[in-house]
Amino acid sequence: MLNYIIKRILSLIPLLIGISLISFTVIHLAPGKTTDVITSLNPKVSLEARAKLNKIYGLDKPVLAQYKNWVKRFIRLDFGESFLDGRKVSEKIKERLPVTLSINIISILLILFIGIPLGIIGSVKESSLTDKLITLFVFVGFAIPSFWIALILMDIFCIELGWLPALGMTSLDFESFGILEKAIDISRHLALPIFIFVFGGLAGISRYMRQSMIQTLNKPYILTARAKGLTQNLIIYKHALRNSLLPIITLLGLSIPGLISGSVIIESVFAIPGMGRLFFESVMARDYPVIMGILAIGAILTMLGNLAADIYYACADPRIRYQRQ
Amino acid sequence: MKELLNNKPLFIGILLVAFMFLVAVFAPLISVYEYDHINSESILQPPSVKHILGTDQLGRDLFSRMVYGARISLSVGIIAVGISVLIGVILGAIAGFYGGIIDKIIIILIDIMLCFPVLFLILSIVAILEPNIYNIMIIIGLTSWMGQARLVRAEILSLKEREFILVEKVLGASNFRIIFSHLIPNAMGPVLVSAILGIAGAILVESSLSFLGLGIQPPTPSWGNILADAKSSLGIAWWLSVFPGLTIFITIISYNLVGEGLKKYLK
Repeated sequence: MLNYIIKRILSLIPLLIGISLISFTVIHLAPGKTTDVITSLNPKVSLEARAKLNKIYGLDKPVLAQYKNWVKRFIRLDFGESFLDGRKVSEKIKERLPVTLSINIISILLILFIGIPLGIIGSVKESSLTDKLITLFVFVGFAIPSFWIALILMDIFCIELGWLPALGMTSLDFESFGILEKAIDISRHLALPIFIFVFGGLAGISRYMRQSMIQTLNKPYILTARAKGLTQNLIIYKHALRNSLLPIITLLGLSIPGLISGSVIIESVFAIPGMGRLFFESVMARDYPVIMGILAIGAILTMLGNLAADIYYACADPRIRYQRQ
Repeated sequence: MKELLNNKPLFIGILLVAFMFLVAVFAPLISVYEYDHINSESILQPPSVKHILGTDQLGRDLFSRMVYGARISLSVGIIAVGISVLIGVILGAIAGFYGGIIDKIIIILIDIMLCFPVLFLILSIVAILEPNIYNIMIIIGLTSWMGQARLVRAEILSLKEREFILVEKVLGASNFRIIFSHLIPNAMGPVLVSAILGIAGAILVESSLSFLGLGIQPPTPSWGNILADAKSSLGIAWWLSVFPGLTIFITIISYNLVGEGLKKYLK
């Protein structure tokens, strides 16, 4: 087991090099010198100051030295300072990341809680009307553009009916609320964004679960269980489910980049102060250090998510770790 | 043909896709008004006989804008996928055919690209290049070839051990000839399916970008940037948000129907 984990972690090294190389390349494709953005927007910046900026970002050195410098800072997750307000990029990300992560984690949990039962029902009642309705429901969720459903729901629930607040994560008088009121306030703000994430993500999990259950239910050992006279519930939940559940973990790992991507759109529409919105604002303002920082963090999060899924999978299924050793 | 009629999803999907395609091609004939014709006397009018889908904040005819938007959105989708298929097929075929260290390098490259949340990567590049229609096509193509490459690699791996390829080798065919005139054509079935599904994905990415204001720039209409305009009239003009969104939704469904239907058909 330990061998497998060590091997799996070592395999991250080329990925990390690649991520650092790509983010380094992207920032160097930027038109002109990266520091132009500050200097051209602000006429007060003298030539001397420009030289100083160039030096801070190491833009006066040869490319190889710049890359070395970039890697050194990359390892410490130091992405320099924001062009906009001069604050450290890592700090800016740190205060926005928890919001995005919590929304994504809550969404993933809800997707599991709803998607897995939907998949099981679909597989047990294969080709029935219920199965077809579930298929239709999750397919609509999959094909509907998230920004469109966001607009429509916002129109209905926030503007026409006035049930939910449209923008932000907290009300203006948030600080004066008690703990319970605070919790309610945040959930009212996040209800629609989380609903949109979950509706969009159900298809992947439930379709996969259905497929996997149908395959398992046709295996000989399930036939044996039926022949023994076990009840339907016992067969499904005790014998079939365990084996069908495993691949879901890998699927979850793979769904992380999609969720993080989605947070750019949803957080922008609902004005939620998370990493996705920070990224959107930075792209709009051509704030390259922040763009690079978030790009790298997003990639690292995805990588770690996949690593966690693989290790968990190997723990749960001995066949994986023996086969790969 | 009879098989096609029996495969209902595929049949409906093809009809819808063909319909959209014709609308895009004949846009100038179908649209009643110019897509950028500003009319201060008909601002934010609901659907009527004169403007069947209503008008926007500048009094432009929504139907005409959406018909032209179909041109933009469909061509971005198709060309972006063309680029990604080209890259994916070539890299996948090289990896599968040569194996060894070349294969390893290409696989690591794919894994690296898959680490980046796609929209983050695309937006980073948009922040550097100008977001015009050609750049958008290229950027989407350059960031979505990984699935194709994996697919082709897997196909080639199983194909290259087959007898007809061994015969070619014995006959002295060059690697180039084996890859391009024997291996790749035989691997095209699954590639076609995933390309069609990819068009739906690319249209969705383009409209997301345009919706965020970082894709197709106004006054050129795209379904995404029409929806972005609708944002400021939320609660006032429902038609501005309902029709473009519904069109994107139906387009994505129809490409998915064709893709999934074709998958069944090829089996």
